Amino acid sequence: MTTADLECLELSKRFGDFTAVDQVSFSVPSGTFFSILGPSGCGKTTIMRMVAGFLDPSSGDIQIKGKSVLDVAPNKRPVNMVFQHLALFPMMNIADNIGYGLRRQGLAKSEIARKVDEALDRIGLPGIGKRKVEELSGGQKQRVAIARCMVLEPDVLLLDEPLGALDLKLREHMKIELKSLQAAFDTTFVYITHDQSEALVMSDQIAVMNKGRFEQVGSGRDLYYRPQTAFVAGFVGESNRWRGKVTRSDAGGALQLTTEAGLVVTGADNGRGLAVGAEAQIFVRPEAIRISRKQDELAHFENRMVGKVQSLLFNGAASRAILRSEANGDDIEVTLPQSGEFADLTRGDDLHFGWSGEQANAFAVEAD
Amino acid sequence: MRAGAKLGLILLLMPLLLWLGLLIIVPHIDMFLVSIRERIGVGRYQISPANYLTFFTEPLYLVTFMRTALMSILTTAITLVIGFPVAFYIAKVAKGRLQSSLFLLCLVPFWVSELVRTFGWMILLRETGIFSSFLQWLGLVDGPVEMLYNDVAMIVGLVYTSMLFMVVPLVTTMESLDDSVIEAGYDLGGSNLSILREIVIPHAMPGIASGSIVVFMLSLGNYLTPTMLGGKDSLWFTELIYSQFIVRFNWELGAAFGFMLLILSSIIVWAMLKVTGQTLEKTMT
Repeated sequence: MTTADLECLELSKRFGDFTAVDQVSFSVPSGTFFSILGPSGCGKTTIMRMVAGFLDPSSGDIQIKGKSVLDVAPNKRPVNMVFQHLALFPMMNIADNIGYGLRRQGLAKSEIARKVDEALDRIGLPGIGKRKVEELSGGQKQRVAIARCMVLEPDVLLLDEPLGALDLKLREHMKIELKSLQAAFDTTFVYITHDQSEALVMSDQIAVMNKGRFEQVGSGRDLYYRPQTAFVAGFVGESNRWRGKVTRSDAGGALQLTTEAGLVVTGADNGRGLAVGAEAQIFVRPEAIRISRKQDELAHFENRMVGKVQSLLFNGAASRAILRSEANGDDIEVTLPQSGEFADLTRGDDLHFGWSGEQANAFAVEAD
Repeated sequence: MRAGAKLGLILLLMPLLLWLGLLIIVPHIDMFLVSIRERIGVGRYQISPANYLTFFTEPLYLVTFMRTALMSILTTAITLVIGFPVAFYIAKVAKGRLQSSLFLLCLVPFWVSELVRTFGWMILLRETGIFSSFLQWLGLVDGPVEMLYNDVAMIVGLVYTSMLFMVVPLVTTMESLDDSVIEAGYDLGGSNLSILREIVIPHAMPGIASGSIVVFMLSLGNYLTPTMLGGKDSLWFTELIYSQFIVRFNWELGAAFGFMLLILSSIIVWAMLKVTGQTLEKTMT
């Protein structure tokens, strides 16, 4: 196996009594798009700043291409960073912005000009070198900020929520563009974000971070379909969740949970070994729930309920309905199939709905 | 309604217009008229450039004039060199309470009058003053040392007097520089020096220009500090104006001197703006 471009070993950072990053280890293989996804304040920016060299870790090691960079000052590290607000130099024009790092390396003027032009071609903005920073649109600035780093051919490019300041349409567009830029430059990207769709769309590998620790590292698909912790199940994607006590547990991993309201839900613990009597949480994705007008269509599901349509949330292909269960009044979110079958669904309609026990993921409730 | 709004606007502008008109425009017109007349007999005057000719033909006046300008430029440069790191520290390094208390410390000396502050320097620097006694106590010198009444003492006084007017605009402009822009500079391989030269100074340029203009004007027009701290050889142009008006009672020549000072300061400020590539408009915001 080749050495990873970036490797963090038991990295920790403490600010006084507060542990921002707690024993985090990960490695990013060469040429991959690695994302760190987590809510604000989870410590992801702290990791980023440690890798860039603006913060010293309290303990642990950071290696780039197999060499520790702890003693290397930020301006000497083979790592570059695209800042949250891009931090383009407003006092310089675009070409000078992109050429800044090259000038610092002491390259000849003609060489710098050539590389800058090449970078501008690559980001699809040829001939804007003489323009001022404030004359560019949000998306163009974004690309210039990436080009400014990429001309230096860093081993790792760090991106600190660079899409946060853009409007929705542009953000969607930039997601695709970032991914293709990464492929074009063939460089390792480490991207941090609190927006799960950014992480899911662009990344090869995603680390979900919470309270200074990595909850799970895996592909987007892994995180979505096989979450290993309750936090990941709740944070990535939408879920209906119930909390209660385990009332039955089979050797095969199937179990039954009874909520305080008396609802019985069948689920699977996927090898987490929940014993009878344990406090547990069950997560069910809205798209895992089937709806039907006839009861017998759902006969093969372990979980079956009857409910009334409480409200319809139209959102194109991702339209949902909120159903109020007749048994105990719980509100359950369900994805509407787009086959046209339920196009005439209105508020107050009665529906049968159900889901298989395998689709209901159960986790032990951690003591807070 | 419209007429009412117009009246309101005029009333609102009135204090400004009165202030400009009565205290600045009218006196200057009068001064100019005084400066271009020559007394040819008792109570008899005629228009002539004689006063300006006197200014240009008398070496003392010209030398003092140039000296004042150069010393003021020197004062401005020294104030900038001292004020820049101070302002950078206050704006970018110090955080929270330390930041506001440092800013306050810059302000505190200005709660006492300039006269008292200048006396403070006299107490420190005079022959029987604190520095002199301290040096004697250390055994570094045999007898009392006189540190007052020379150009160095005068420049020290001027720099001290103008420091706040340099630090405030610099702190304001530097605070508006995003920390991440400086970090980006380091991230892209910049050294301290290159970041200072290519990022911090260009960003602070409007502050540098406005601080320098204010400090230069204050030094050029200062009367008290050069008179009290400067020696016999450090004659300041304002002292010449004073002596023409008050001692010699030659208002005509004094007025001409006043106008020359106005022209000089305008030219130097204009040149400074041209050299630094700033506009007055940008500097004042």
